[in-house]
Amino acid sequence: MPVMNYIQALNSALHNEMERDPRVVVFGEDVGRAGGVFRVTDGLQSRFGEERCFDTPLCEQGIVGAAIGMALNGLKPVAEIQFMDYILPAYDQIANELATIRYRSGGQFSAPVVVRTPACGGIHGGHYHSQSTESIFTHVPGIHVVMPSDPYDAKGLLIQAIRSEDPVLFLEPKKLYRSARAEVPEEPYTIPFGQAKVLREGTDCTVVAWGVMVHVCKEAVEQAARKGIECELIDPRTLAPLDEEAILESVRKTGRLVIVHEARRNTGFGAEIAALVAEKAILHLEAPIRRVTGFDVHCPFTLDPYFLPDAPRVLLAIEETVGF
Amino acid sequence: MQAPQDRVGTGVAPGAGQTLAPGAGALQSSLRGEVVIAGGTEILRPPPVPPPVAELGPEVLRAMYRAMVLVRTLDTKMVVLQRQGRIAFYGPITGQEAATIGLAYAMRPEDWIFPALREAGVALVRGLELEAMVAQCFGNVRDIAKGRQMPCHYVHRAGNYYAMSSAIATQLPHAVGCAYASKLRREPVVSVACLGDGAVSEGDFHAAANFAGVWRVPCVFFCQNNQWAITVPYRLQSATATIAEKAVAYGFEGVRCDGNDVLAVYETARQAIEKARAGGGPTLVEALTYRILGHTTSDDPSRYRDEAEVAPWRERDPIRLFEERLREQGVLAAAEPEATAAWAKEQVEGAIRAVEGAPPPPLETLIEDVVAATPARLREQLAELRRAMARLGHDPLERSGH
Ligand SMILES: Cc1ncc(C[n+]2csc(CCOP(=O)(O)OP(=O)(O)O)c2C)c(N)n1
Ligand SMILES: [Mg+2]
Repeated sequence: MPVMNYIQALNSALHNEMERDPRVVVFGEDVGRAGGVFRVTDGLQSRFGEERCFDTPLCEQGIVGAAIGMALNGLKPVAEIQFMDYILPAYDQIANELATIRYRSGGQFSAPVVVRTPACGGIHGGHYHSQSTESIFTHVPGIHVVMPSDPYDAKGLLIQAIRSEDPVLFLEPKKLYRSARAEVPEEPYTIPFGQAKVLREGTDCTVVAWGVMVHVCKEAVEQAARKGIECELIDPRTLAPLDEEAILESVRKTGRLVIVHEARRNTGFGAEIAALVAEKAILHLEAPIRRVTGFDVHCPFTLDPYFLPDAPRVLLAIEETVGF
Repeated sequence: MQAPQDRVGTGVAPGAGQTLAPGAGALQSSLRGEVVIAGGTEILRPPPVPPPVAELGPEVLRAMYRAMVLVRTLDTKMVVLQRQGRIAFYGPITGQEAATIGLAYAMRPEDWIFPALREAGVALVRGLELEAMVAQCFGNVRDIAKGRQMPCHYVHRAGNYYAMSSAIATQLPHAVGCAYASKLRREPVVSVACLGDGAVSEGDFHAAANFAGVWRVPCVFFCQNNQWAITVPYRLQSATATIAEKAVAYGFEGVRCDGNDVLAVYETARQAIEKARAGGGPTLVEALTYRILGHTTSDDPSRYRDEAEVAPWRERDPIRLFEERLREQGVLAAAEPEATAAWAKEQVEGAIRAVEGAPPPPLETLIEDVVAATPARLREQLAELRRAMARLGHDPLERSGH
């Protein structure tokens, strides 16, 4: 099986699906001729033509808005927003239009659009190239929110997203684009939404993380193991729908929970997971729930490493939770 | 650079009002027309358009007339219902029937419409049952959209009538994307993007018009310029004399027509739609009209505008103008207006009688249609509500008096 990085895995998924289904169209800023600023759509225009893979005017609300219309009328649009930081002009189209059309039309219309966007930080991008604002989307019903942490998941989940009957926000941690590598089949395959991945089993402490933080936590739980602490590391992979049972089951076993995300803490998605455990498994808890997250500030350029959780700080949170 | 162009008077029968074409000098040459001042608002009245009466034939003309009367009757009756507390809200199109019905007849069944608030007549013409429309206003179980939206937010999949969103202008990029899909499949189908004069100021208008121009998709922008956006007059909305001329900046044609003349609207919209169908790209059609009543039943226009401004527009009532023309042409018999009014009244009252007492949509529908497969967490939330209702013997819907 070939080894691919995250970009190659996504590119492979897009090739597979455009090959399989003539309704799939791929577009966004610099997506056509250049193949995307991160090269995710590389080669699609030359392979499938300018009608199916193309550059759009520089306008996020236009990109998502047009994608909605295409989906209503039988296409399977995969729209790219160049950076998640610039998705906000399209937020109204996503939250008020894309997410609502099935509900407010009483099921008469649906718009199965995939919006892909490079997300998260750790690449010295400052405020405007570092945000992970997943929780402003998980707050909205009617749209799935996906953030794969490795190339294998990225491909399977992207194909699942393209075949979904519902809109999907597909978040790609850009720090992983070239750094994460995995064996990835050339052939298409899917990974269902709402199924968490358990990366490590353990009985002492549950650690929940997604995106880049999965890699940070991998390092932390390995170090914890060397100190005799057996952590269970869970990557939900999709935040909406969330595999609640995987998290609850693990917490019932370990009695401890550390949630790690690089998004800001205040009303970050970690709060929802903490509330879930408080509502449904609080009597199993032997220590307070801990969150290791981004600061409630705007991601700073120079002091970025203080903003983002790292393995030593995650390890400390694990140790303090286990030693509580 | 393209030569200045003005389709008016060039013999393109039967004339479609004023055309603004991209290129130098286009604006001056196309703004000829009669400027009248009414209540401080400058109104550009385009040169008269010869009616294509002969082409349409008496049956179609009478159907158009009946549709206009039906829409007016529905409005009048529903406003009363709102005043009586029987429906929550209503957004009348009174005075704009020519624009909505002219557009409806200019479209083909396979075309798509992305409506704003004042296109209800198009839904009617495209086959949405009057009962379904009235039920939508009641938001009860007879509403085919399960009572999900406020009154006047119609949706009709079978008629390619997209679900009206309250959010101004958001539907415009959808129309452009829809047209892209038609173009990709080489289907001769046109998407009509409807908007008001206020919507022109929104970013989504710019996004949609720009994409449509660049992609050259079969999309027609149909703007009912009723000169008001709630309390804000057009002159505070935009510094251009017309809305149509904005098309120049997007690289396609803009046309202004008399929005109170149903045949002018029909012909202008038809030409734009057929041009788009033939691969000629988008057009921005501006139907100049006037909002005779308040913005909605929640609005009292006497607070912010002079009756003196409204009066000349009442004189140009689109139904009366059409009626006069049809009688002149011998299409409408003397007794027909009265008979039509009685017929429309019975239609509307019959529809109200048929649907008013229907129960609200069942509780289960609360969690349907969020995503394709209802997720477990929604079932759980519904179970929680049901448990609370059973424990308390309490129904929040009944309690709200809704
Ligand atoms: C994005 C957005 N902003 C504000 C409103 C509130 N609002 C509803 S209708 C309206 C005026 C619309 O004017 P126009 O586009 O001229 O349409 P008309 O009502 O005159 O047909 C406003 C401001 C809204 N619904 N959506
Ligand atoms: Mg208006």
